[in-house]
Amino acid sequence: MLRAGPQTLLQDGGRQGWLHLGVSPAGPLDLKAAAWANRLLDNPWGTPLLEIALGDVELESQVDTWLAVTGAELPLRRDDEPLPLWTRFALRAGQRLKLGFAQRGQRAYLAVAGGFRGEAVLGSVSCQHREGLGGHGGGGRALQVGDRLLCAPAQFRQTASLPWPYRPDYSCSPVLRVITGGDAAEFAEDELQAFFAQAWQLSPHSDRMGARLCGQAIEPPRRQWSLGVTRGAIQVPPDGQPIILQADHQSMGGYPILGWLHPLDLSRLAQCPAQQALRFTPVSVGDAQAQLRQFYRFFQTA
Amino acid sequence: MIRLEPAGAEALLLVLAEAPDAELPLRLAVLAQRIRAELGPLLIDLVPGWTTLLLHYDLLQIDHLALSARLTPLLEVWLAEPAPEQAGRLHEWPVWYAGEDLDEVAQACCLSVAEVIALHSAVEYRVGAIGFAPGFAYLGELDSRLQLPRRATPRTRVPAGSLAIAERQTAVYPQASPGGWHLLGRCPLPLFDARQTPPSPLAIGDRVRFHAIDEAAYRALGGPR
Repeated sequence: MLRAGPQTLLQDGGRQGWLHLGVSPAGPLDLKAAAWANRLLDNPWGTPLLEIALGDVELESQVDTWLAVTGAELPLRRDDEPLPLWTRFALRAGQRLKLGFAQRGQRAYLAVAGGFRGEAVLGSVSCQHREGLGGHGGGGRALQVGDRLLCAPAQFRQTASLPWPYRPDYSCSPVLRVITGGDAAEFAEDELQAFFAQAWQLSPHSDRMGARLCGQAIEPPRRQWSLGVTRGAIQVPPDGQPIILQADHQSMGGYPILGWLHPLDLSRLAQCPAQQALRFTPVSVGDAQAQLRQFYRFFQTA
Repeated sequence: MIRLEPAGAEALLLVLAEAPDAELPLRLAVLAQRIRAELGPLLIDLVPGWTTLLLHYDLLQIDHLALSARLTPLLEVWLAEPAPEQAGRLHEWPVWYAGEDLDEVAQACCLSVAEVIALHSAVEYRVGAIGFAPGFAYLGELDSRLQLPRRATPRTRVPAGSLAIAERQTAVYPQASPGGWHLLGRCPLPLFDARQTPPSPLAIGDRVRFHAIDEAAYRALGGPR
């Protein structure tokens, strides 16, 4: 690792099954881009890769292997030669890979054939900084200059790319789908309408735990007994500015819940910069499930 | 009246009571165990709240409708049952009562420091929920004479092992973390270790009792500074 960027984290499919002890699942914020990076290298779902926030990373390889970079649009170079994104490519021992700053989107995913090796903590190498779990070295820290990431040599016969129509467009201002539910019925009708009618702004105080929205406050119903919460839950705290829970979410929460973001739209949210305008539209739970099932079937079966 | 509601596309929320009572954590623990046994690998995780169970399920194998249908008979049996007779496992935790907020709490409650310690360690607490941070257990119920609202401004860092109170609850912070509760003391025992199986000694419905130790005993038990 020659340059580590502002926040480069080792992630896999997430630390599943420990929410009951208060352990966050972590994992990639943009599951779609991470899944494609692994898929381009014939890696199984959840193979450990790097989530690179905002870019500015440089690595030198000590083995002959193959890699792929997906997600945020950023300049990618192998030594001085520009390389395309969403495409697998060879990197020989001694060659350097440089990722510039993200121009569109916020998070790039760098996968290597066979995956990066890491010490699993509670069954996962996913980096959870707040809890000090996983990541390079197992203690929950981001990658630093000088870190050596282990991977095996690999060889492909030819390159492979994701066709253009499948690549996400991070330049448009997104309309994200919401499964309403939870405490939605306890909100006043016009408060709920105000949520869907306005353009929200993504707050710069957002992080891997939660995306915070700024806008005209909506009044939540009274606080309830703390209960288990899931990724994508849209909490409305007393200040009326909603928080959408992301990969590093806590296991329980007490704020009223208006609904859940469509799980596949969390990927688009993960690529939005601060101040991005966001709109929301309702989707049925059945439709969301059908689309999510299709996504899992495609990526989780060889 | 039990409610089953989808919680997003991959979870089902079981609302089992309108408000918690003393017996509910143990009853929820019994129900959680049965649901885990019934569903096996269909279930990814099961998170008990104060009045709820949240079931994270494998969408490729089942959905909320099929899950609800499958759970209904089991819930009917559970609802008709008397409270379980088992008492829940007992954990006895030593505490060096020398927390930063001890004097302030005593003053706010119009008690002496000795009375605060006596009241806090006289009661047997029940694990009502685990969450917020790895291994963080919400224990209830605190003596009404010690009940205070949370601190107006949370601390950015509370040391690992801190014993704290807020509202009707008490807890020990397993790791250093931000925290808005009032600090009464320090517990020297490790309460979460990702390398152990299980990583936390607690489950909901368990009982916890605190006993006062002095600084020398705290250090001897390996308590950090």
